Amino acid sequence: MAEQTIHGEALEHGPQADHGHGPPKGIMRWISTTNHKDLGTLYLVFSCLMFIIGGIFSLVVRAELMEPGLQFLDPSTYNEFMTMHALVMIFGAIMPGFVGLANWMVPMEVGASDLALPRVNNWGFWLLPFAFVLLFSGFFMPGGAPQFGWTMYPPMVLQMGAAFPFMIFAVHLMGISSITGAINVAVTILNMRAPGMTLMKMPIFAWSWLITAYLLIVTMPVLAGAVTMLLTDKYFGTSFFDATGGGDPILYEHVFWFFGHPEVYIMILPAFGIISTIIPTFARKPLFGYESMVYALACIGFLSMIVWAHHMFADGLPLPAELFFMFSTMLISVPTGVKIFNWVATMWRGSMTYETPMLFSIAFVVLFSIGGFSGLMMAMAPVDFQYHNTYFIVAHFHYVLVPGAAFSIIAAVYYWLPKWTGVMYNEKLGKLHFWLSLVFINVIFFPQHFLGLAGMIRRTADYPVQFADWNMVSSIGAFAFFASQFIFFYILIRCLWFRKGMVKATDRVWDGAYGLEWVVPSPAPYHSFHEPPGEYVDAESPWVLDVDHGPMAARG
Amino acid sequence: MEKVATNENPHYFVPTPVPWPFILLIGITLTIFGFGHWLEGYVTVIPWKLLVIVGPVIFFSIVFRWFWGVVHESERGAYNRQVDMTYRMGMGWFIFSEVCFFGAFFGALFYTHVLSIPWLGGEGAKFFTGSVLWPDFTPVWPSNGPGAVGGEFEAMAPWGLAAINTVLLVTSSFTLTWAHHALKDSSRAKCIAFMILTVALGLVFLSLQAYEYHEAYTIQNLTLHSGVYGSTFFMLTGFHGLHVTIGTIMLIVITCRLFAGHFTPERHFGFEGVAWYWHFVDVVWILLFTFVYIL
Ligand SMILES: [Cu+2]
Repeated sequence: MAEQTIHGEALEHGPQADHGHGPPKGIMRWISTTNHKDLGTLYLVFSCLMFIIGGIFSLVVRAELMEPGLQFLDPSTYNEFMTMHALVMIFGAIMPGFVGLANWMVPMEVGASDLALPRVNNWGFWLLPFAFVLLFSGFFMPGGAPQFGWTMYPPMVLQMGAAFPFMIFAVHLMGISSITGAINVAVTILNMRAPGMTLMKMPIFAWSWLITAYLLIVTMPVLAGAVTMLLTDKYFGTSFFDATGGGDPILYEHVFWFFGHPEVYIMILPAFGIISTIIPTFARKPLFGYESMVYALACIGFLSMIVWAHHMFADGLPLPAELFFMFSTMLISVPTGVKIFNWVATMWRGSMTYETPMLFSIAFVVLFSIGGFSGLMMAMAPVDFQYHNTYFIVAHFHYVLVPGAAFSIIAAVYYWLPKWTGVMYNEKLGKLHFWLSLVFINVIFFPQHFLGLAGMIRRTADYPVQFADWNMVSSIGAFAFFASQFIFFYILIRCLWFRKGMVKATDRVWDGAYGLEWVVPSPAPYHSFHEPPGEYVDAESPWVLDVDHGPMAARG
Repeated sequence: MEKVATNENPHYFVPTPVPWPFILLIGITLTIFGFGHWLEGYVTVIPWKLLVIVGPVIFFSIVFRWFWGVVHESERGAYNRQVDMTYRMGMGWFIFSEVCFFGAFFGALFYTHVLSIPWLGGEGAKFFTGSVLWPDFTPVWPSNGPGAVGGEFEAMAPWGLAAINTVLLVTSSFTLTWAHHALKDSSRAKCIAFMILTVALGLVFLSLQAYEYHEAYTIQNLTLHSGVYGSTFFMLTGFHGLHVTIGTIMLIVITCRLFAGHFTPERHFGFEGVAWYWHFVDVVWILLFTFVYIL
């Protein structure tokens, strides 16, 4: 732009330069910002808002399921809330949460000044609110919001009301947002690492995001293709998913799950990265088996693309396909097992302390493993015929998504909050938040295993009376879990806006913390690095980098 | 910290705040609202059809304005080597994502061609699907399914217009490469001449494709409604044609920039990025020609 200053030059005026180049004030700051920290904050605030909205949708669902019979909703409204809960949580809460963390932390961890494509980054964030306006607009249209599950299977979804095209285009926009975010993170990691930071010295969180970005770039366009075919089938007379024209509804499931299975790893790999960062900090030991962690991530990334049909065992696939997808799925437990083993080995004989991020991380390791084991059970095709479409599935994926993905985001927020805001959160309240969350998450979802094994079907507003007891327990857990999160919101609001009387955070924050993000002051300045911090990275591995005693301290 | 104001600035390029992405999204959202209501035939007080015009106008103006800014920054030497590499990697990943988008439609083509049509005809374990549900259906490709959706049609012949188009597009990849070599040899006039030739080949390709579509609809009764064959044919060639259109527009922009004296023999990523895109479009066409037309 003709009127633009070349910021690269301005930065060289000295450490004070960024005060002169601070952001514009008011709403325009947030609309036009290209700063990775501003955009990271926007992503995280958006994600938090969507957690609340998606949480409210789930409470509506749980209220209806509290007792057998129909109390509050008719079945199709129930289906709207059930579907919107999934879409909001997946595309609005978990994914933007991880992208927000990547925005904040990846440039700081690799020693870059910002993400590689800051203006595209701005676009990537703002796509999301617009996409969700389109998605929510369905509530006010004839036929209501999307109501056939987030998987949008034809031919059912083609019978949707006026909201159909808006759902499709909303998915397109979310996909573009994810792709731009992924390209940004991948290019930042590949191109903007501090001198001396080779790929195998890179912080593990950056590694987990590099693999995630690859998965996003491969699979999001495929989702766009799948929903485009839905759109043309409904409005332009194509027959992709219509057997009379030679198509096949199962084709949609293949294309969708080619996206959908890597998607579940997109929602868990950054979590692995976070947990692999937090556990060494509080065990005060380097991460056990850093290299095997990286290979395990890459291996999971690769395998995730050849297992998709395990979502379709009950479809009547040819036998060789069932066998292939069954064995490839079970294979994933090998690299995942490596990760669990390494986390436990990192804690083994460590000088452990149990601050809130660590508590959430330990809960992650245990509860994610439960979700992993139920996944392994369902990986067996003959057994899956029994579990298919029951609450066992619901229990399984909520165990990997809530105490898995969501707990890791909460852990990451506690872990880096002092770096972001410059003040320590209230540890007592944090621990209270953890224990309440831990108890109630199990109260919600553990009984759903029993319900599923007893044969309760998912995606239904009503159920036979023999399932009443555990559903009541599950619903009570859901309301209590939601209520416990207000402690978290209180902690966040205190740290963001009411810092009076709170303990100032040191630059390093945690005494076991290693990495470049702990080199910059707390709160982190608007531009973290004015020049590549090469001198800090000549230790053998980032885990050896010791801010107080290592090579960097020696250089003053 | 010495002041270094050359291209080889070792430090970072940090752009100032921009309003374009947000305004771009207003354009996109208006377009979608208009288009969606148009599809649904939804009558309300808001003039939806107007949005289908206003939205794209905003969209294209902002795309132009955004790129205008980037081009000028580039010409003013604001980008150091790191930014250059960022654009290279970004473009590479972007093209990769486009490949995956086409992958979804190629997947649909292979699935219907190789699996679902034979299954509907009762192949293997699907014996009863054929004999009970569709006893009269002969599973041969090209097919519009057991329901003969869209009626009798004549499939697209590979050795007519499509073969000519293949030659045109492959040639255009060569002319583009020659233009690139000319640019690197500092012979700008030659470069521009080859660029104009490339654009011309792209335009001829597009007109021939338009003619082919016209023939399909008027003479062959081959339409988007012609079962899976029509669906896969028009969706694959249609999205490819869209990419050729975008590519041609980008080539025209690059040609204009060459006239304006942009690019140096050493640094011309704008040119190279568009060239990568054009080669990608070319490779997709070769795959299309093989799997859609010949097989
Ligand atoms: Cu899966």
